[in-house]
Amino acid sequence: MNAVFIESVGLAAPGLPSWREGLATLRGEQPYVDTPLPPHTPLLLPLNERRRATTAIRLAFQAAEDATQATALPAASLATVFASSDADINIIHRICLALSATPRLISPTDFHNSVHNAAAGYWSIAAGARAASTTLSAHDGSFGAGLMEACSQVLVDGCNVLLVVFDIPAPEPLNATRFIACPAAAALVLTRQPTAQSLAALACATTVDEEARIEDPALEQLRLGNPATRALPLLRALAMRQFGQVVLPMTPGANLAIDLRAP
Amino acid sequence: MNPLRVSTYTVSSAVGAGRAAHAQALRTGTTGLGRVAFDTNSLDCWLGEVKGFDVPLTGALAEWDCRNNRLAEFALNQDHFIDAVAACRSRYGAARIGVFVGTSTSGVQHAELAYRARDPQTLALPAWFDQRRTQNVFSVAAFTALRLGLSGPAFAISTACSSSAKVFAAASRAIASGACDAAVVGGVDSLCLTTLYGFNSLQLISADVCRPADAARMGISIGEAGGFALLDPDAGNPLALLGYGETSDAFHMSSPEPAGRGAIESMRAALSRAGIRPDEVDYINLHGTGTVANDNAESRAVCEVFGAAMPCSSTKGWTGHTLGAAGMVEAAISLIAIEHGFMPRSLNTRTRDPAIEAGILLETRMAPVRRVLSNSFGFGGSNCSLLFGSVQ
Repeated sequence: MNAVFIESVGLAAPGLPSWREGLATLRGEQPYVDTPLPPHTPLLLPLNERRRATTAIRLAFQAAEDATQATALPAASLATVFASSDADINIIHRICLALSATPRLISPTDFHNSVHNAAAGYWSIAAGARAASTTLSAHDGSFGAGLMEACSQVLVDGCNVLLVVFDIPAPEPLNATRFIACPAAAALVLTRQPTAQSLAALACATTVDEEARIEDPALEQLRLGNPATRALPLLRALAMRQFGQVVLPMTPGANLAIDLRAP
Repeated sequence: MNPLRVSTYTVSSAVGAGRAAHAQALRTGTTGLGRVAFDTNSLDCWLGEVKGFDVPLTGALAEWDCRNNRLAEFALNQDHFIDAVAACRSRYGAARIGVFVGTSTSGVQHAELAYRARDPQTLALPAWFDQRRTQNVFSVAAFTALRLGLSGPAFAISTACSSSAKVFAAASRAIASGACDAAVVGGVDSLCLTTLYGFNSLQLISADVCRPADAARMGISIGEAGGFALLDPDAGNPLALLGYGETSDAFHMSSPEPAGRGAIESMRAALSRAGIRPDEVDYINLHGTGTVANDNAESRAVCEVFGAAMPCSSTKGWTGHTLGAAGMVEAAISLIAIEHGFMPRSLNTRTRDPAIEAGILLETRMAPVRRVLSNSFGFGGSNCSLLFGSVQ
């Protein structure tokens, strides 16, 4: 089959602050406990950029660093796909607020941090990554869409890819119309060839099958709490080395059927 | 890669609605930019405003009503694009056609309006504000899929000014990997205070009309636009995407790398993927925003890959910088150049900056055009080069 290989995983969510620390919960060996995510200092960012890095960027970095620290592949060599429903919704709020006031004062840093691909831009600077980088949104289906795009890059362009999916809760008053329960980010490093540490082989296709739900109510609530945690059924399958099909949401008309096999 | 046929395409900008209006304006040198009033903008600048589209969406589309989706609707209704997609849909099936739309701000203008209409007591946003169907970045792609009756893979690409160039690459890969059999790609960005005041805070907005490559250039003129293309491997049309190249500067969030390394590599990658040599390209449509930094860096990169004799120009003097729509608009202009056999000049350029050594056209040149390279470079150092051509 046209497969890509999962080299490593990154995770940053309440109660699951990294892939390694989350394994026992994902395997069902211990119950899920909703513990707030501690703030993250992105070590890869140079000091100047670190000063300007917002909560959203730090969150994306947390999962990205978790995934890239677990592989020998240099971060600089990876093409990237970033996916987010709303990216830095704090800045969108700040800008709209400023525009409704007089005088209209927008900070230049806020403006260049407001682009949907800001996290990807900071990552490329931090990692020295000069390969292709795309950033996309499919609202709640952003993880599925990001994974589809990342797989197509591996298969067609023949590169290794870092996928990073992240979203943060919206501030008031936006949270009434866009509810995201908690901050969360998930990352995968995908490779064209298997390595000694590949976790699984993955192939994906669109499907009209329903998305997978999690029986455990606490984990199901987390799954629905953030576009990035829509990845949870896939992450649990990887944690449990459970091969077979996992369906994740992508767009209103099409979900993503993921076929996982032994690497 | 195998050339990917462009079955049909359409573009609407300040220049006018549809391909014929653009071909006409490009030949006659008539800019679409003007000193127009927009909303409560008080900045002294030129804008590229699309005329006649800003009417409310009705019926099943009413929930999606906002300036950006109105512009998408207007653009889709030109050049029989909707009919062409319907024919494609009946051949492949709705689930086998992908939708990939580039945008930088989607419906943020609707959020701007909502914030001005907040409840004075509770500070709540008005009940009419539907974030998902308007401001959310995916909104314009979801709207496009809904409007065209398509249910294949869909997402919005938002990488600032390279967004709707990268959708061509994404669609090409989606088709090649079997995720879909054909794809609608597009780019839509509309006027909003966010980009006007945002670019102004970075001192990138020119008070004068934008003059790409001009010795006295002072920055960008913002424009709005909507454009779409139907990519179908089985189309009979000779126009095709021959190659794409995508790179990252890894340098700075809002300034291009002066030596243009990322741009050099994206242009080379497009050529390599197409299997063609630099001297086989006839014309380059530059990103050419009219900022000092971009035009200098891009010229260096073009000269490095193609030499100083390669005919090139920015067409932002006609449309303004349409941001997330720029990739699509300039892809359309590149295809028009091939179809009509001319290379547009660098409009509004009076004297070429001596620091710019690239072969900037100051007069429009009538000549057969077989292959065009189009550049789009965005904030965050996101670079994309597309190669279009005529194949038999």
